[in-house]
Amino acid sequence: MSIPSLSMEGKTAIVTGARRGIGEATALAFAEAGADVAICDWVAEGGELAAVADKIEKLGRRSVVVQVDVSRKADVESLVQRAMDAFGTIDVLVNNAGIASAIPLLEISEDDWDLVIDIDLKGCYLCCQAVGKIMVEQKKGNIINISSVFGISGHPACVAYDSAKAGVISLTRALACNLGPYNVRVNAIAPGCIKTEMIQPLWSDPELLAALERSNALGRIAQPSEVANVALFLASDAASYVTGHTIVVDAGLLA
Amino acid sequence: MSIPSLSMEGKTAIVTGARRGIGEATALAFAEAGADVAICDWVVEGGELAAVAERIEKLGRRSVAVQVDVSRKADVDNLVQQAMDALGTIDVLVNNAGISSGTPFLEMNEDEWDSVISVHLKGCYLCGQAVGKIMVEQKKGNIINIASVEGLRSVRRTANPYPSAKAGIMLLTRGLAWELGPYNIRVNAIAPGAIRTEMLRDAWSDPIASKILEGLIPLGRMAEPREIANVALFLASDVASFVTGHTIVADAGLLAGFQSPPHPDDVLRLASQMQ
Repeated sequence: MSIPSLSMEGKTAIVTGARRGIGEATALAFAEAGADVAICDWVAEGGELAAVADKIEKLGRRSVVVQVDVSRKADVESLVQRAMDAFGTIDVLVNNAGIASAIPLLEISEDDWDLVIDIDLKGCYLCCQAVGKIMVEQKKGNIINISSVFGISGHPACVAYDSAKAGVISLTRALACNLGPYNVRVNAIAPGCIKTEMIQPLWSDPELLAALERSNALGRIAQPSEVANVALFLASDAASYVTGHTIVVDAGLLA
Repeated sequence: MSIPSLSMEGKTAIVTGARRGIGEATALAFAEAGADVAICDWVVEGGELAAVAERIEKLGRRSVAVQVDVSRKADVDNLVQQAMDALGTIDVLVNNAGISSGTPFLEMNEDEWDSVISVHLKGCYLCGQAVGKIMVEQKKGNIINIASVEGLRSVRRTANPYPSAKAGIMLLTRGLAWELGPYNIRVNAIAPGAIRTEMLRDAWSDPIASKILEGLIPLGRMAEPREIANVALFLASDVASFVTGHTIVADAGLLAGFQSPPHPDDVLRLASQMQ
């Protein structure tokens, strides 16, 4: 027996929403751990997504870049096809693509509601289904869905986001039951305050940052790599008996 | 950047209830990962605890074995003193000591109730406090409390003290994470599902009952204690640097299904009908 390893050598992964933030950090963490990584985002202009692919290849791993709106079935099928063409297998899927929204329930329009639910929840369903079918055939696989502390304890200002992220947690549990017999583990991560562009207005103001830091037991906000590391754990054999679970990575915010 | 590591090289740990089961597996996992490990149990006759200490030493790590009833403050103070004398620091505390109980609620006597609550919950308090004080002085540390899926739902459909104690451990974990967070100490728990240990021998040693149990688990099998130990290594490592106040459920999806699993008596009844 030896120290359990988080190596992803010889493995392949898909990470959605990998242009920046948690998605970027996770794609790079898997690449550094040895995996070939297919990445996607609905924003391909500006070069950010290409830059992530570049970094993956500089690490000596293969990469595939696809522009994908995860709420569109045709886009998701294209992503999965491109990943399979390039890699031949899919060992890990990280459903990270997501948008936030802060509109109260009594005001939010149908379009705004639909958009959040479509990207954050339907996108998870579409990707899990497309990749899940392949993992069932492979009789192995690992799915990690990025939820949020807002999916556990809904923030009153963000009802659509709260609902979608809560849905991701429930989807995770059901899918774990469906796919467990095929040697596929399915888990989620519920991050708290992570230093990403999604919440930049909150941490770039010193007073708001101080308030965020006071809100958890460790007195700081996280680097995206601290979420990526938990994804590596879930994808590894060190988590061999963990499925259907949502790991809360929030420094005790919800404790 | 490199691959994040679960190495415990240069670290010291205390694991309670380390004579067998999850405690033994965790003590050995930490030793294999490079830690020196102080172990204890309230049973020292029979040589099982000494055997674990020996295996730790064969791995090239230091060990001290202490007889401890974790519900007695004097015993816990002695454990901590011996660990500090032998190891100098305490980086990780794994509160694993626990006992089970099968007595129906309407027949449960006070002594049995008190004993189960004391070993599980009061033990976490006494060990958490004694070691917590040291970790606060060190301004670093990591505490892992072993809870159970039985503390989350009524898996056995009884009101015996075990689930109540395990639920208490999970709430204690949350509050302790808040109190000790400012001192660079993370506090988490693990809720194991069906683990192949002595405590559950009746369930897994019957071939038909174990098949039915396995049928209720999405991954289709009970866990080896080592699989829980690996989760403890994760929690104690920097890979979990932003995780505190959390209970990781390591149950292979047992609780992810719609309803609680059937009562073990129902499992055995089904098993006998299938013969």
